[in-house]
Amino acid sequence: MTLLEINALTLRIGAAEILHDVSLAVEAGRITAVIGESGSGKSMTAYCVNQLLPRGAVAGGQVVFDGQDMLVLDEPALCQIRGRDIGMVFQEPLSALNPVQTIGAQVAETVLIHRAAKKPEAMRIARETLNRVGLPEGEFPLNRYPHELSGGQRQRVVIAMAIALRPKLLIADEPTTALDVTTQAQIMALLKRLVVEDGMGLLLISHDLGVVAGVADHIVIMQTGRVVEQGATADIFKHMQHPYTKALFKASSHVPERAARPADTPILEVRDLIRDYTLPRTSLLGAAPKFRAVSGVSFTLSKGESLGLVGESGCGKSTLTRAILGLEAIQGGSISINGVAVTAGHAVPRALRRNMQVVFQDPYGSFNPRHKVSRLVAEPFHLLDDPPKGAARQAAITHALEAVGMQAADSDKYIHEFSGGQRQRIAIARALIIKPELIILDEAVSALDVSIRAQILDLLAELQSRLGLSYLFISHDLGVVRAITDRVLVMKAGQIVENGKTEDIFNNPTHPYTQALLAAAPKLEEMIK
Amino acid sequence: MKKAFKMPGFAIGFTMATVFVLAAFLSFFWTPYAVDGVDIANKLLAPSGTNWFGTDHLGRDIFSMVMVGARTSIAVAIVAVGIGVLLGVPLGLAAAARQGSLLDEVIMRGNDLIFAFPALLIAILITAVFGASAVNAIIAIGIFNIPVFARISRGAALSLWTRDFVLAARVAGKGRVRISFEHILPNITNLLIVQGTIQFSLGILAEAALSYIGLGAQIPTPSWGRMLADSQTMVSFAPHLAIFPGMAIIFTVLGLNLMGDALRDLFDPKQRRDRQ
Amino acid sequence: MLRFILKRLLSLGLSLIAASVVIFFAIEIIPGDPARLMLGINATQDAVDALRSQMGLDQGLLPRYWLWVSGLVQGDFGISYTYRVPVAEMVQGRVWVSLPLALYALGLSTLIAFPIGILAASRRGTWADWLVMGGTQLGIAIPNFWFAMLAVSLLAIKYRLFSAGGFPGWEDPFLAIKALTMPAFVLALPQASILARVMRSALLDTLSEDFMRTARAKGRTVRGALVHHALRNAMIPVLTILGLQFSFLLAGAIIIEKIFFLPGLGSMIFTAITQRDLIVVESVVMLLVFAVIIVTFIVDITYALVDPRLRRRP
Repeated sequence: MTLLEINALTLRIGAAEILHDVSLAVEAGRITAVIGESGSGKSMTAYCVNQLLPRGAVAGGQVVFDGQDMLVLDEPALCQIRGRDIGMVFQEPLSALNPVQTIGAQVAETVLIHRAAKKPEAMRIARETLNRVGLPEGEFPLNRYPHELSGGQRQRVVIAMAIALRPKLLIADEPTTALDVTTQAQIMALLKRLVVEDGMGLLLISHDLGVVAGVADHIVIMQTGRVVEQGATADIFKHMQHPYTKALFKASSHVPERAARPADTPILEVRDLIRDYTLPRTSLLGAAPKFRAVSGVSFTLSKGESLGLVGESGCGKSTLTRAILGLEAIQGGSISINGVAVTAGHAVPRALRRNMQVVFQDPYGSFNPRHKVSRLVAEPFHLLDDPPKGAARQAAITHALEAVGMQAADSDKYIHEFSGGQRQRIAIARALIIKPELIILDEAVSALDVSIRAQILDLLAELQSRLGLSYLFISHDLGVVRAITDRVLVMKAGQIVENGKTEDIFNNPTHPYTQALLAAAPKLEEMIK
Repeated sequence: MKKAFKMPGFAIGFTMATVFVLAAFLSFFWTPYAVDGVDIANKLLAPSGTNWFGTDHLGRDIFSMVMVGARTSIAVAIVAVGIGVLLGVPLGLAAAARQGSLLDEVIMRGNDLIFAFPALLIAILITAVFGASAVNAIIAIGIFNIPVFARISRGAALSLWTRDFVLAARVAGKGRVRISFEHILPNITNLLIVQGTIQFSLGILAEAALSYIGLGAQIPTPSWGRMLADSQTMVSFAPHLAIFPGMAIIFTVLGLNLMGDALRDLFDPKQRRDRQ
Repeated sequence: MLRFILKRLLSLGLSLIAASVVIFFAIEIIPGDPARLMLGINATQDAVDALRSQMGLDQGLLPRYWLWVSGLVQGDFGISYTYRVPVAEMVQGRVWVSLPLALYALGLSTLIAFPIGILAASRRGTWADWLVMGGTQLGIAIPNFWFAMLAVSLLAIKYRLFSAGGFPGWEDPFLAIKALTMPAFVLALPQASILARVMRSALLDTLSEDFMRTARAKGRTVRGALVHHALRNAMIPVLTILGLQFSFLLAGAIIIEKIFFLPGLGSMIFTAITQRDLIVVESVVMLLVFAVIIVTFIVDITYALVDPRLRRRP
């Protein structure tokens, strides 16, 4: 018998129809993955299963779990099923955990709510479950609090809460989106193992085709509230039918056309760079401890070159970026721009700052919501000694906007009138306006949906060949880095552990950390072949 | 602003507060009766068609006195909020611009210190030193407002400093002072307007309390708090002496608070999820 | 946790020192000679000088500050300029009216605010919520001294529904508490209104947190999730306001006790101001600020008990 069967599910919240005629199934011991971009209704489908819907949501159709239609059950009956028969894992492990309760109490709670055991027994089950998800007793006693754990460890706690009573179905809503590549792979492997061990069905929600392709038995592709295609994983990869699926696949593995002509003259040279942070004092006497975020980093970026900087969160890549941009003082080494060196204890002069601009990750946080686009785009003019005024200024703004595919008329609008992709184009226009030679792209495409991401990557490639720009491309996404860079730096714990041509590193990684990174990264191309 | 008037809370609150601001203005040019005219023959009259709120023990028209009293209340509260904003906001912005520095530490510890002195204690100290007057009440309430505004500006500014658009401004070579005024301040004005409305209403309450216990407005400055103090011994047989000034305070404070709450709902980012 | 407490204790000490400096110098900048004030215009210069040196007034500012502070620590508050008796004696009986009144009001405020705040949040958008929101809005707007005045003049004096005030002393604790009940209630009303609104909004914020959804996914009922997860988290902002409220209640107490004819610090300090008995003003203000700082310290510690993120592991 099928464990979960969703038939012709519809969902409306107020006047908006969120889901139309969604049908899919999950078998016991199998993984069904639901893939879609933001707004596709994939998460809402998941919440329909255990009926944790927002206020005012009305569902129609059938959600048959274990022979019962969840849509007709009353609240007390649903409370009985939630946690006991259906577990759930969420995207943000930190906010999914109660900050003021110990991890032991939170895992044991699942057991206690369903009166499956008394307190001491519940604590024993909690201990056992935490051991099962890879949080051994010695390092992770039950009285730890969530804030004392790392992102991956927190997600393991969330999983432990979900599987403590060995439910029949586990729903995982983007369980690895907030995590680093290597952690992501470990969590995926853990989920897969639990499915096999417990014979549990898994409904896996994700926006990332690559992440789920390796584990899912069955794939469901959703777009704007509808299922556009579904089937066994192998079949889907072999015979894609729907244009949206094809576009999604193509965008996920998109490689922009690049005509890279790196010159030999360096634009940016970093030598033995050191960046220390002072930590809060731990004792009243004695010096405050220091944390070395960047430790003796050296590299060169040539004119017209695109250099990737890869590493996981906390590796020091953001700190390095800020130091290069002159936003933070350095404690040792030097940064040279066009041959002019800046050493520790000196500020980056304006004349040098003019040569570089930056594009940030979050298209929503990158702009002051109170200013018009013209003012936002023109902000870097502050770096010029003699910025253009009046008509010349307007012409420069128009030129920059048109270079990124926007229009002159957009300069009179506020930023909230644009979509995420358009905002990222405007961010690029802002970076281009003073014609810098170097643009630092700090996770610039990470927050975008795959189809938009492909467009922005094309734009970046086009701008580079047309204007001869140099890029420092910082990303955690190895696929994107491979597509757009000539050379790659791999950073770990404040140091560059590997440095070489992109293709060489991806084909023959020498450092164990690079090897681990690449092994963990989802490999979509191989799946398709 | 149009959006604000569509909220019933704001519309009602705004109307209530406006009535008193207008009454205060009008009192400069016209009141039904002169407030300094003693008319013992007509003392302690109950409210009637000729004296809407009745008369006091000296035969003065209470309606006219409430109108003139609004002047004092509004003036004290506005200037006190002004002191709080003009000193508190720059301090808060400066502390946020240099988070974790000695300056930040000094400003925040100074704030904590002032927080340990309720406005009344500040007023007591000032009055003990300089004697009682409406100006001292303004200063006392104003000093109390400084840490209030410093604290909320610092808190809001700190979260703005981590935003990418501030980083972008720094990449554009802008200094901390310039960023504070160009990027931080415009993004906290909503918050300041809400807090300003609330502190304004608290100021009116505080002025009334200070004048009531004799630490605020002195004779002959008319004030709601003093009218209440004067009525104290006569309330049991002439309750209208206390009821009308009291109602004036309640009406104004209620109006301002309704406005503040409506604005808070309007500005609350949680209400406007343009991201999803 | 121990480190946290030690750190807070240190900052408590610093706050006290800073407050004493502020109060001392605020009072000291006043022109006029206290000794002359005490002895009157007709006293001889010799007598005034003798008194000055007896009071330590002939010394520099710093030694005098030191004298004052070391006196305070030993419970010696100096001698009243007007009554020529130790301030400590004058204060003693009165502190035990004002302080219990403020604490009583704090307790009442909490007892009133928590249930109605929780009720409003859990029934958001219903008539109960509207009633709470409207009622508390009114509660904040009503000046409590006005309310107290009407209550005493009309309900007590005119209609004799309850005693008009006065305080029988603590010999019979029941009578003492009874005498403080009405003043404490009046005092607590606006603060309870504020606290109820804070409780409501803090709970609503917490209810929209992700971990509430997690609790529901584990099988908690709406009420179960509220009790087991939302309340403790919502307490964090509520505690902040609770700490601030004490200082308002203490200040409010010295006004309210005047209206209810309670022999607390209020009536004493207002008399002292009119008589320019500065040493009394100085001592009483210091005493009140001391109480506020102690309560802030207690709130800080409670904070760390509620929120484990604030205490660091040793």
